[in-house]
Amino acid sequence: MKIKQLSVFLQNKLGRFSEMATLLGEAGINMQAFTVAENAEFGIVRLIVGDPERAARLLVEHSFAVSVGEVFLLEMPDEPGALAARVRKLSDAGVFIEYMYAFSGADGKAVVALKPSDAALCEKVLGE
Amino acid sequence: MRYWNEKMECMGAEEMRALQGERLRHMVRYTYERVDFYRRRMDEAGVSPDDVRSIDDIVKLPFMQKKDLRDYYPTGMFAAPMDEIVRFHASSGTTGKPIVAAYTSSDIDDWAEGVARCLTAYGVTKDDVAQVSYGYGLFTGGLGAHDGATKVGCSVLPTSSGNTAKQIMLMKDLGATLLCCTPSYALYLAESIEQDKDIDVARDIKLRVGAFGAEPWTEGMRRALEEKLHIKAYDIYGLTEVSGPGVGGECACQNGTHIWEDLFYPEIIDPVTLQPVPDGQEGELVFTTLSKEGMPVIRYRTRDLTHLTRGRCACGRTAVRMAKIMGRSDDMLIIRGVNVFPSQVEAVIMSMPEFTGQYFITLDRVNNVDTFDVDVELKLEYHSDSIKNINEIKSRLNAALVSVLGIKPSIHIVEPGSIERSMGKAKHVMDRRKL
Repeated sequence: MKIKQLSVFLQNKLGRFSEMATLLGEAGINMQAFTVAENAEFGIVRLIVGDPERAARLLVEHSFAVSVGEVFLLEMPDEPGALAARVRKLSDAGVFIEYMYAFSGADGKAVVALKPSDAALCEKVLGE
Repeated sequence: MRYWNEKMECMGAEEMRALQGERLRHMVRYTYERVDFYRRRMDEAGVSPDDVRSIDDIVKLPFMQKKDLRDYYPTGMFAAPMDEIVRFHASSGTTGKPIVAAYTSSDIDDWAEGVARCLTAYGVTKDDVAQVSYGYGLFTGGLGAHDGATKVGCSVLPTSSGNTAKQIMLMKDLGATLLCCTPSYALYLAESIEQDKDIDVARDIKLRVGAFGAEPWTEGMRRALEEKLHIKAYDIYGLTEVSGPGVGGECACQNGTHIWEDLFYPEIIDPVTLQPVPDGQEGELVFTTLSKEGMPVIRYRTRDLTHLTRGRCACGRTAVRMAKIMGRSDDMLIIRGVNVFPSQVEAVIMSMPEFTGQYFITLDRVNNVDTFDVDVELKLEYHSDSIKNINEIKSRLNAALVSVLGIKPSIHIVEPGSIERSMGKAKHVMDRRKL
């Protein structure tokens, strides 16, 4: 299934991540998962939160550079080979994975957020 | 009304030169008799007031520069007695003593006349509501624009600079139609209006004209301000040493800044040989005040680099036109041996829609090599989850800057809103090499 993901541009500046996390925490918005893509000067925090619209509005109001996009969520049993089988289907169909990150879901499930090169194709493959 | 003072703005060349010659003759004698500095300089150069008969004789006179005004701080350059002085202003000089300018009541009148001519050339009339967001005080911007707008008969809203939220509220509630401020503050106001969800520019803001000056700005900045504020944006030029804003201004043609040459006589010289250059050729702008009493200047070197165009403009004015000033020779940076004006960097950044237009240049020297860092802000709508996209925009900016400047900067994308906004003259450069 597809889910909204926030991308927050953060300069590499002491305390900037903590300002963002504090802002969300005080607003009662939980970060369910995130990953950071970084280079020498800045990072982009990709975030999955409970209420993405409210979180995005709040961050923009506090001068954070936020964009909202979509990623795929893959839920699977937390066991060897489960992810391999799923991503093989994607590569067989010619879908690149631009990035992905894993987190733990409820009931011992493993969850992966995945950004494919071709969202429509990805949806078709995963839907099968 | 097309002209504030049709006679002076549209005078034929010969008649103007005769008037200028007559006024120069008086000015030279006036300063020679009243100010030690001019008497000594002219005696040293072997020129007597009798040698100046026409405007062509101006080339016989010695130049003066900012240092002379500083050396004679505070009152050494005053030509009128203190009981005739009605106002002082002072430059913002960050190093050493400021430059103090003194005005008689006739000087204040001529200054306001210059501003009134500019405003009329922009199409401003007494029906306009003029918001003056230049700083009031020692800086000439605030009171200069104020007096000029008052002369025209505008309803003047003297907000001065700062307190942006209140500025915007009054702009909206009183229906300001003319905004006078620095272009960088206008951009900040425009951004603040954009961010205010309760304000729609088309519906709530009545501005139609911007009179922007006191710092160099680019065509890209003009387009951005015109689009964001739904106005026509015009240059107003001036400097404290000569009087203040209103030494010249653009007309509706936006094709050069008309200099009110019956009051302020401009010359362009080669800054190295100090010889006059022909019209159309770039050089350093030099001013002689033709009517000032409090603190006249004669052949004052402004350090501003530009060129002049003569002949009748499409607007009907004959007043000489000055090209947009791309930089003051004081602002020129020499980076790795290459001359760079901050305005060149600004022009490139403004030409790319991805950036907010705000920028900051930092120079330093590491292991005897100049470092050249440029901070820029990506607009919110160009942010995404991809570092690759940002790097792609950054390398396009890099290529554009290299092709314009001839040297390679190090570009840093910073968070939108993080570059400090200026309420007055923008500070775009930090040069750590001098420390």
